[in-house]
Amino acid sequence: MAEEEKVVEELTTQEALTDPLYVPEPVDGAAAHIKSFPAAPEFQEKLGYPGERPDNWQEVALNKMQDLRGKFRSFRLFLDICVKCGACTDKCHYFMGTADPKNMPVARADLIRSVYRRYFTLPGKWFPSLVGARELTEEVLDEWYTYYFQCSECRRCSVYCPYGIDTAEITMAAREILDSVGVGMKYTNEIIGKVYDIGNNLGLQAPALKATMEDLEEEIEEDTGVKVRIPVDEPADILLIPPSADFFAEPHIDGFIGYAKVFHAAGVKWTISTYASEAANFAMFIGSYENMRRIAQRIRREAIRLGVKRIIIGECGHAWRAAYQFLNTLAGPFDFLDPNYPVPQHICEFTWDLIQEGKLRFDKSQNDHLTLTFHDSCNVARASRMGKYPGGQFDIPRNIIKAVCNNYYDMPEDTIKEATLCCGGGGGLLTDDLMELRKKGGSPRMKALKQVTEEYGVNKMAAICAICKTQFSKIMPYNGYAMDDIMSVHQLVSNAIVLPGSEQEAELDGTADESGDSEQAKEDA
Amino acid sequence: MITVLYALLYYVAFIVFAAGVAYRVWGYWKTPAPAVIPTTPAPVTRTGVVWRMFKEVAFFESLWKSNKWIWIFAMMFHLSLWLILIRHARYFVQPVPTLITLAQPFGKYAGIFFVLGGLGLFARRILVSRVRYISSPSDYLMLLMFILIGFSGLMMTFVNKPDVVGVKAFFLGLMTFNWQPLPTDFGVLVHLGLVALFLIIFPFSKLVHAPGVFFSPTRNMVDNPREKFHPVPWLPSIDEVVYDEPPGKK
Repeated sequence: MAEEEKVVEELTTQEALTDPLYVPEPVDGAAAHIKSFPAAPEFQEKLGYPGERPDNWQEVALNKMQDLRGKFRSFRLFLDICVKCGACTDKCHYFMGTADPKNMPVARADLIRSVYRRYFTLPGKWFPSLVGARELTEEVLDEWYTYYFQCSECRRCSVYCPYGIDTAEITMAAREILDSVGVGMKYTNEIIGKVYDIGNNLGLQAPALKATMEDLEEEIEEDTGVKVRIPVDEPADILLIPPSADFFAEPHIDGFIGYAKVFHAAGVKWTISTYASEAANFAMFIGSYENMRRIAQRIRREAIRLGVKRIIIGECGHAWRAAYQFLNTLAGPFDFLDPNYPVPQHICEFTWDLIQEGKLRFDKSQNDHLTLTFHDSCNVARASRMGKYPGGQFDIPRNIIKAVCNNYYDMPEDTIKEATLCCGGGGGLLTDDLMELRKKGGSPRMKALKQVTEEYGVNKMAAICAICKTQFSKIMPYNGYAMDDIMSVHQLVSNAIVLPGSEQEAELDGTADESGDSEQAKEDA
Repeated sequence: MITVLYALLYYVAFIVFAAGVAYRVWGYWKTPAPAVIPTTPAPVTRTGVVWRMFKEVAFFESLWKSNKWIWIFAMMFHLSLWLILIRHARYFVQPVPTLITLAQPFGKYAGIFFVLGGLGLFARRILVSRVRYISSPSDYLMLLMFILIGFSGLMMTFVNKPDVVGVKAFFLGLMTFNWQPLPTDFGVLVHLGLVALFLIIFPFSKLVHAPGVFFSPTRNMVDNPREKFHPVPWLPSIDEVVYDEPPGKK
């Protein structure tokens, strides 16, 4: 097909294959065939949506749009004030990766803005073709489903918009409207149902979870000789809410072992909960505050039941946004927790505080075979913070990596921090039916990584997001890397940490006096 | 006849503009921003937000990060517009304050940059395929309107000077409901006709970005969702929620 050839041609030039921020010429419809599986009626209904599309779906959709206009200033304002300047047109990784112009943020928003104009503004009612207004038809609905599930809600466009128009807000609203007429996405909605039934996205039952944690305890003891406990559903001071992928996916679980070792070294009483065993609140992806709250309030319930003083969230990007921006708002106030700590707190904040207090001992040489870079996960980078100052979310994970590794290099400046590129699988798109989109959307990040591999010999990338980790372990093999070239930050911590009483400590301290390079060792002596 | 037409046109335009903008702003004002969603780099204090917003509206900080060409044309266009507006204040006050007199020469030459900026933005719309893709007829027409307003103004300033004293008398007359004849110079009629059109379409179009930007939740919110409790206004209180039972207890 001519269109397909055009796409291939556009995306395979030397420049297109090496420049992370390469901007292709738009090829209309280039990603129109990429579609996720729709949700079955039973999964829709579980979330409070109609299972099938009602006959009067147009009316329902427009009523929903009106409802959302009254509830979200973002949605109302962003539909009105875009001037079509074009600043965002080259900023979306899905546009860069697919060349489909409907993946340009402004064009994506226009899919719904055009309908909004037709029904809610005078110019759109009187002169539809003049202002690009159109009727809500079956084709339009289909287009919404296609392209609003080609957005990872990463907010990169919002950074560059002179009015801060955030496509994530538009996409969330669009998905909420789609759900309201019974058109939902299988991956996101099925998962949310699992949280309601069981407590986590993976559908991991309490007995299985407990058994897994016991296995991990054994594994740690084998490696270190130290009995590190992973308490489940026990009264404690700290409630840890990890993304459930941390319980058994690779490399997530190695990060989880890292958290356990840090908690052990800190000597704190902590626990995980089987009822609230999920930080990654998928209801955020579909823009439903009601469903988001229903997931978030599970954390509140467990915090009260287990009598904890602090809530700490594991390594996960959208989860951190859901926790940072929404947990207090939706399930707060948390006035029963210790006011000396933020609610919630990120595991990286916790670990970095301990490092600064000199409470953790590391043997950095354990990571000497690695040369690292760090991938800023989109929602950590652009929708949250760590520490006390803006940008702490960039410094703290890097500080931790540098505290436990000797070889670290950043990727090009225009592809990290606030300009970071999405992994390509965020926002509810981490499903096999969208594999083509994921590969294409992840290509800008892969190209940026290749640059530091060539320049500095970087062989591993660390991240603090469950979705990023899964996504990269899938797409890196297509890009000349191995599955395990993506690592958890706390996996690096786990490699280097020297637990009191461990075999590693004994080994180190045998030589510590001669080399004298360990301050902690001197103090101990 | 023309005087009556333009007088009525300007009353209507002014009312539509003022009422329309007020209606829009009121809508933005009363619509909740239910969660704290500033985009990085998000200030943690109110002062920080004011500074961020100032940089955004005065220097187009985000646009600068995004695209230097759009930034240059947009800056030319909007900065000139400010100078032009200040200069035009002289048509509505008597006597003319010193500051406005001082701005006169800047305002005059700003007109040139206003038109150039507008032409630059217009050229981008045609030449850059991505921007062409997202442009509707109204996007071109609005730019054309501005370019023509600027061009007719420049013609009157530098080429074919109309009776500006008469124009000022007309506007002062409108304001005091003591109508004076409008000089029926072609340039004056085109210029004023288009400005009235601008006032009328302003509240109904993307031009509301001017007041709108101040309400943008990704730019005007203090980054404090952990420190401060912001309940979602339309959700019931947390004390009223029903929790899902753990599996096995259902």
